[in-house]
Amino acid sequence: MLLITCPNCGVAAEETELHAGGEAHITRFGPEASENDFEDYLFRRENPRGVHFERWRHANGCGKWFHAARCTATLEVFGTYSAQTTEPPREILETIRAKRPAWTWRDLK
Amino acid sequence: MSEPVSALNGASFGGYCDVTEIGLRGMVTLRGDLSAAAFKKVIEAETGLTVPGQRKIVHGKVVSLAWMSPDELLLLVSYRDAAATAARLADSLNHQHAMAVDVSDARASFRIEGSACREVLAKLAPVDLYPEAFGHGDIRRTRLAQVAGAIWMPDEASFEVVCFRSVARYVFDLLSEAARHGGQVGYPVET
Repeated sequence: MLLITCPNCGVAAEETELHAGGEAHITRFGPEASENDFEDYLFRRENPRGVHFERWRHANGCGKWFHAARCTATLEVFGTYSAQTTEPPREILETIRAKRPAWTWRDLK
Repeated sequence: MSEPVSALNGASFGGYCDVTEIGLRGMVTLRGDLSAAAFKKVIEAETGLTVPGQRKIVHGKVVSLAWMSPDELLLLVSYRDAAATAARLADSLNHQHAMAVDVSDARASFRIEGSACREVLAKLAPVDLYPEAFGHGDIRRTRLAQVAGAIWMPDEASFEVVCFRSVARYVFDLLSEAARHGGQVGYPVET
């Protein structure tokens, strides 16, 4: 069972109270972008065995979106943070570096 | 004009806890910046209650005010006063990025009474309902089996539940089934 703490309402919500929103921190490329950028934006996704950054919505709760950093193999949650950001906050990255020294995700390590 | 009726017209069920549809109840949804002094001032002047903190509900003599999300409150009033209250609040909030909407007819509410009421809800919602974790003054938006709902405890031996009117029968049946005689599981476990 996955327990994720919603940073908007503070509830340690059980997975069924939440709705997964896919990969986090995707940069949007619009109509004027190159075909490669647009393809990346639409289709290219990470599928890591290990540290991953995701968007979640507390659908059966406060209704708000947020970000979560977790391990897809162990379900360990490294932390959750605001949806209003384009990159993970420093504390979250520090936590992951301390726990998983060899970790990488896209450009992050 | 036609007579307003609640979703289940006051249906009730008797089990090891009693489940009753509360009937018509006024509900006003308020959205705005809960930390803004101007917003709080309008709400406090109208209700006479202090804006509740995260996941809290405060009760006055006739109205209650609940925290629903970081930018949303639910005001519970009598059904008769709901439209006028919403209009008055909307008018007072006119110059702010905020809104007040009468949602009374979009909702259904239930009361579960009995000393074992915690276990009726604990069977249906993924929420820690031990007395240390949840009690009078707390409100929790969650799911009841497959649908969204909000629960709080007006006192130690009862719960109130609100859900969407369209799922009123589903929620009533769920609660009744969970409260049926012979279905008691002894929650919370005495330690």
